[in-house]
Amino acid sequence: MAKRIDVSGLTAYYGKTKAIEDISMTVEPRSVTAFIGPSGCGKSTFLRTLNRMHEVIPHATVSGTVLLDDENLYGPDVDPVAVRRTIGMVFQRPNPFPTMSIYDNVAAGLKLNGIRRRGELDALVEKSLRSANLWNEVKDRLNKPGAGLSGGQQQRLCIARAIAVEPEVLLMDEPCSALDPISTLAIEDLISELKERFTIVIVTHNMQQAARVSDRTAFFNLAAVGQPGRLIEIDATERIFSNPTVQATEDYISGRFG
Amino acid sequence: MDTSPPRISPRAEPAPPPSGRPDRPQGPPLGQEPRDNQPDTGGTPPPTDRPAPPPTESRGRVRIGDRVFSGAARGSGIVLLAVMAAIAGFLTLRAVDALGKNEGNFLTTFEWTPNAEPPVFGVAVIAFGTVVSALIAMIIAVPIAVGVALFVSHYAPRRIAQPVAYLIDLLAAVPSIVYGLWGALFLVPHMIGLTTWLDAYLGWTHVFDQTSTGVTPRNLFTAGVLLAVMILPIVTNVSREVFLQVPRMHEEAALALGATRWEVIRTAVLPFGRSGVISASMLGLGRALGETMAVATVLSSSPVLSLKILDPGGGTIAQNIAANFGEAQPIGRDALVASGLVLFLITLLVNGAARLIIARRKEYSGANA
Ligand SMILES: Nc1ncnc2c1ncn2[C@@H]1O[C@H](COP(=O)(O)OP(=O)(O)OP(=O)(O)O)[C@@H](O)[C@H]1O
Ligand SMILES: [Mg+2]
Repeated sequence: MAKRIDVSGLTAYYGKTKAIEDISMTVEPRSVTAFIGPSGCGKSTFLRTLNRMHEVIPHATVSGTVLLDDENLYGPDVDPVAVRRTIGMVFQRPNPFPTMSIYDNVAAGLKLNGIRRRGELDALVEKSLRSANLWNEVKDRLNKPGAGLSGGQQQRLCIARAIAVEPEVLLMDEPCSALDPISTLAIEDLISELKERFTIVIVTHNMQQAARVSDRTAFFNLAAVGQPGRLIEIDATERIFSNPTVQATEDYISGRFG
Repeated sequence: MDTSPPRISPRAEPAPPPSGRPDRPQGPPLGQEPRDNQPDTGGTPPPTDRPAPPPTESRGRVRIGDRVFSGAARGSGIVLLAVMAAIAGFLTLRAVDALGKNEGNFLTTFEWTPNAEPPVFGVAVIAFGTVVSALIAMIIAVPIAVGVALFVSHYAPRRIAQPVAYLIDLLAAVPSIVYGLWGALFLVPHMIGLTTWLDAYLGWTHVFDQTSTGVTPRNLFTAGVLLAVMILPIVTNVSREVFLQVPRMHEEAALALGATRWEVIRTAVLPFGRSGVISASMLGLGRALGETMAVATVLSSSPVLSLKILDPGGGTIAQNIAANFGEAQPIGRDALVASGLVLFLITLLVNGAARLIIARRKEYSGANA
């Protein structure tokens, strides 16, 4: 539960195009790390390399190492399916399974993990929905389709689905970008609660959000359009927002570009 | 019958509304102030020097194009319905005529001798044969079609998937008489081995019991197999289209939970494609129920109603019509019309059932994702 991630020399390609280059960083356990940077600098690409989701895109490849505690996720004997079971992911657009009820959505990952006993499933579904602060809103309609919820509720449903399997790490790619301010606040509160149990990485375009929820912030940038994205710096969030080492970071945060 | 696959493509944008240019040369409808013509600037809105009319005014106006289109659509709809009603009325009249002269019970009589004196005919054997042969075709074809569609859409590398899909498309276009000839010349002789085997090992089920072994397998089972081969391409292709429509984000949701490829298919692809596969199957079933030539070439028809599908004999409604229409006297033809209406009723029932199945889980269809 809640492991450290050590990335070194990570480069990712889409076909022959290099999207991100030579990224090395450490993500601390039981903390929130925010990724910020201009559009197209490779934040999503990098995030997806952390749970081997990058390679499901045709012709997408990765080189470098990602250590989860001491295990290299890109080692020769590692099964990417197993990696994805230990590192959960929440996407930018809420994507509950449209053909499933709320209950079945949360139970989907559990069933993939071989949990089939009804009592156990019931307990875990309730626990996950409570953790995602959604239980009170849906407890009377667990058998209704998940797609019938509001956008914010759907996103919390997706978070419940991701944390139901008790992952070591939770990756979130702009989880609030499709949501209203109230739902956004609900999810930010949720992130602060979840970091007691999980290692969380969140991509966001919202500086205030990064400042509010994260302990450490990583700034990504690209030298020019068509160039691969790079990690510019990573540091404690207060430091990045008050007194960054690199000029580009300060320019970006203060809105001078990007 | 309506066999169009359901429109389940959440990504498909609704067609843009017809863009009425505010400055068409036609005169505006009555009650509107005339507007001066402006040169057509080709797509980009021309700079207007007059303020846009207030919304209340433009809402009440009916554009000429809209009116013409709605008139044309309504008109063709009415014509179509009228033609169909006329056909149905004509056929029903003829059928009622024949049924009045029938000395046997139309539903339970085995024989088809409308030209005898007195005329005796019934649909029991051919209706049974129609349903059974189509059922055999579905049982064989649908699982294979779904498997092939999944393979082409989710397993095969692009360079294999493309030609395979193209080949299946071609197969769907082969005329049924070609399948019929292939069935008579190739399939029937090659079914002997399979029928003997089925009789030997599954004969205890009664269904696969063959009363006298060694006869040429011109039976309902062979007809069903041939129908399965015939409907396989269309069912496969429609299913493949549906499986390709599954939104990437649902598949990624399953992948991110740690699903294997098969689990992705089970959690995201199959549930999403379910209603589409049902529609595809109905399309195939419709073809199997109404197929004439292919069945006529492989079946040696006789008025026998038996669940032993490996015994020669039986018949189907369409095959019976094809076999008897040429020599039939007026009453014979009218009797065939009556049987045709029964076929129509069967397809209607089947379609209704399929629609019920699809509607039952409509809110889970994924169309609102
Ligand atoms: N599926 C893909 N195929 C090819 N190139 C891609 C693909 N996805 C992203 N890219 C390219 O990789 C680069 C990084 O994209 P990425 O989505 O990681 O950026 P991002 O930082 O997440 O941007 P945003 O903030 O807009 O989400 C971009 O140049 C993009 O065009
Ligand atoms: Mg992104």
